[in-house]
Amino acid sequence: MIGLHHYLTVSAMLFVLSIAGIVINRKNLILLLMCIELMLLAVNTNFIAFSRYLGDETGQVFVFFILTVAAAEAAIGLAILVVLFRNRRSIAVEELNTLKG
Amino acid sequence: MPHSIVFYVFAAIMFLGALGVVFSRNPVHAVMFLVFTFFNAAILWLLAEAEFLAIVLVLVYVGAVMVLFLFVVMMLEVDVEAAKRGMTRYAPLGVGLALVMAFELVNVIWLRSRMPETGSGFKPTPEGYSNTEALGAVLYTEHVLAFEIAAVILLLAIIAAITLTMRRRPGLKVQNIAKQVAVRAKDRVRVVKMDAEKKR
Repeated sequence: MIGLHHYLTVSAMLFVLSIAGIVINRKNLILLLMCIELMLLAVNTNFIAFSRYLGDETGQVFVFFILTVAAAEAAIGLAILVVLFRNRRSIAVEELNTLKG
Repeated sequence: MPHSIVFYVFAAIMFLGALGVVFSRNPVHAVMFLVFTFFNAAILWLLAEAEFLAIVLVLVYVGAVMVLFLFVVMMLEVDVEAAKRGMTRYAPLGVGLALVMAFELVNVIWLRSRMPETGSGFKPTPEGYSNTEALGAVLYTEHVLAFEIAAVILLLAIIAAITLTMRRRPGLKVQNIAKQVAVRAKDRVRVVKMDAEKKR
C-alpha cells in the first residue's frame, strides 16, 4: 500500500539529488537554476503527499502558490542571465567577480 | 497492488530523469530530462489524487517555464568543455553530501517517525469528490488575499523581465510616432519672402 512514507522518500531522494547537482554543476548558472526547479518539485511533492494524507486541501493551495512564485523566479532569473550574457559574453560563475574588489 | 507497481515504476523513472538533469553534459539535454522528470512527477501527483495540480504542472510548468528555459539555453552559447572540467573535481563532494543527507532523511522518515496504528496509507476519498472543485472552494474563499498577491507577483515578474531585457541600440533607424504626429507645418516649411526677379 502506497502511503505518506513512500512519497516522502521519493521527494527526499529528489531533493538530495538536486543538492548534489548544485554542488556538481556549480560552474553553470543555467544548470543551477534547473536544480533549484528540481528542489521545488520535491518540496511540492511533499506538500501534496501531506495534503492527501491529512485530507486537507490547504497543502495543495500551498503548491499552487509555490508554482506561481517559481514561475516568476524562473522568468526573472532567466532575464538576468540574458542581460549578463549580453554584457559579458559568458555566464561562467568564476568570471562573476566584479563585487570582490 | 497495481497502484503500488505504477507508483514504483514512475518514481524510478522520475529518479532516472533527475539523474539525467544533474549529470548530462549538454544543457539542452538537461532541459529535456527536466521536462521528462516533471511529466513523471505529474503522474505521481495524479496517483495522490491531486489532479488539478498535476495538469497545472504539465500545462504551466512544462508548457511555459520549461520552454522559456529551452529558449534561453539555445540563445546563450554555453561552454560545455569548461563545465565538464569543473564537474569531475566537485563530483565526490557533491555525491558524499547527497549520501549523508539521504541517510539522514531516510532515517527520519522510516525509523524515527511514529507509524500510526492505521498505517501511513491514504484514506479513500468520498464518493463524488472533485479535486478541482474542492481546491477552488478554499482558494477563492479562505485564501483569496494570497491569490490576489500571487497575481501581483506575476505582474511584477512581467515588468521586471521586460525592463531587464529591454535595450536601446544607438544608430538604429526607427520611427518616433509621437514626434511624427506632433509635427506642425511651421516646423518643416519655411516661407521665404523675396522680390520678384526682373525680366532681362
